[in-house]
Amino acid sequence: MDYSQFLMMPQELGLLIVFLLVFLFDTFMPKKAQSSLSIFTCVVFAAFTIANLFLFSTGTAFAGMFEQTSATYAIKFILNAGVLIVLIQATQWANSEFVSVRRGEFYELLLATLFGMYLMISARHFLLFVIGLETASLPLAALVAFDKKHYESHEAAAKYIFTAVFSSAIFMLGLSFVYALGGSLYFNDIACNIIGNQSALLIVAIAFVIAGVGFKLSLVPFHLWTADVYQGAPTAVTSYLSVISKGAAAFSFLVILAQVFGSAYSAAWEWMLYAVIILTITLGNLFAIRQRDLKRFLAFSSISQAGYIMLGVIAANEVGLASLMFYVLVYVFSNLAAFGVIAAIENKTGKVNMDDYNGLFKTNPWLSFTMMLAMFSLAGIPPFAGFFSKFFIFVGACHTGSVAIYVLVLIALINTIVSLYYYLLVVKAMFIKQDDCVIPEFKVACSEKLALIITTLGIILIGLASCIYTYLSACASDSSMMFMFIH
Amino acid sequence: MELTVLMYLIPSLIMFGCGVYGFVTRKNMIAILISLELMLNSVDINFVVFNSFLFPGQLEGMFFTLFAIAIAAAETALALAIVINVYRKVKNVDIKEISKMKF
Repeated sequence: MDYSQFLMMPQELGLLIVFLLVFLFDTFMPKKAQSSLSIFTCVVFAAFTIANLFLFSTGTAFAGMFEQTSATYAIKFILNAGVLIVLIQATQWANSEFVSVRRGEFYELLLATLFGMYLMISARHFLLFVIGLETASLPLAALVAFDKKHYESHEAAAKYIFTAVFSSAIFMLGLSFVYALGGSLYFNDIACNIIGNQSALLIVAIAFVIAGVGFKLSLVPFHLWTADVYQGAPTAVTSYLSVISKGAAAFSFLVILAQVFGSAYSAAWEWMLYAVIILTITLGNLFAIRQRDLKRFLAFSSISQAGYIMLGVIAANEVGLASLMFYVLVYVFSNLAAFGVIAAIENKTGKVNMDDYNGLFKTNPWLSFTMMLAMFSLAGIPPFAGFFSKFFIFVGACHTGSVAIYVLVLIALINTIVSLYYYLLVVKAMFIKQDDCVIPEFKVACSEKLALIITTLGIILIGLASCIYTYLSACASDSSMMFMFIH
Repeated sequence: MELTVLMYLIPSLIMFGCGVYGFVTRKNMIAILISLELMLNSVDINFVVFNSFLFPGQLEGMFFTLFAIAIAAAETALALAIVINVYRKVKNVDIKEISKMKF
């Protein structure tokens, strides 16, 4: 075997090194030095993220099982940036009294799931993809159960692991049919073997695959676990779950649908996704309106955001791919800003209810301001990044030129207005409503402040710095081979 | 009598259906885990059957099955650990006990 092909996966190897360093630090450092584990992890991971800028390479490894293109490189870099922010945000929580004993496990499990997501993104063979998918979702279940002293964490973990295993069983059943039709597990070989195939078995297989990945992405008929898991999990894990794992799943979903099932685009999955997107955006929005718990609220908001991300998938062209990556990037910053504020307030006061935020502007103006920016960005109000990401994703969907997609985009637009209502509910609570028992003024910890500053800058600058979208667009057109079979 | 693909496929799909039925109707978390295991194993049978009947010249399906078995074992181990955690907290493995968070 030619071991030099491992060099084709520099990002994975780098992440593995970070993982090993954190593990060794956690295991062998004396007790006194343990308290600096969080800072150590942040620094090493930041160094890795910066090193990533110089680790660019394209090519395939392991007989085509693993492929690195400029698009996978870009999405991995985006996820890296997101994980770095999550790590900085989690520092305060990881050093709290009940968590600090098991701090190392938190970081190790988190990095292990990220490794799984890397494999998912780069896999061009279903065996590697399934291994990546499970590596990404199993440690996450352990992370959801991390908060041992709260009952909700256990309930959330039980719900998460059962639905995750159920969905992967459905996914693998779909794969077995794909294998029967395609005679291989390589994405390209399957795609070549199913050209012109109109059998019912293919449609069933595609439906199962969409259902399986849809669970991970929390698309609507398969979304029931989302709100409970988001509410029960520790806030650091929730923010990780809502942005990073969703971004990775969305990208690999597009790769599977376009590269493997591209020839069945208009025959099968365009219409399945069409229904799923309308349901996801609408139901996510309608359920978000009635939530009072902010973590549940953001869970339903993230469901409807997943629907918008799917617009980039249904477009199935280069513009769709570029706008999907851009949407994930913006979503990482906006959602992490919102979760950063929630985590800061929860760590100090333990309050996560929307009514507790009444009059927050009087006592904590900066936190309220950041939260407001995050909500504006999630809703898509012009000067902020969220507007541009929504704009590009609509443009990408309209690029297909079919009338049905125009109708879909119109429905999505109307839903944007609905979403504006509930995002502004939070802003209204903070700025307009009065309350007798306002959360008192408090000092935000240094690490949390740093994370909030990074995310705020991201929200303001990413939309305006047009070079980012240009770069992502160039990456996407490099990977245009992916859409070869679409018609 | 000649054995055909369908003779393997139908039992395996019935097995999958039983797994789904058990997953939906059972109230005991251990029973749910057993149902999940049924579903995962029926997938393994599918892969082996497709491989040996449709593509006898290759081994891809067999290898996938080997990995799928290992993954299923990992999933079960983790799920059992979580069930034990829940049991310690509420002294029960009935799913009615873990339905505090809704809608």
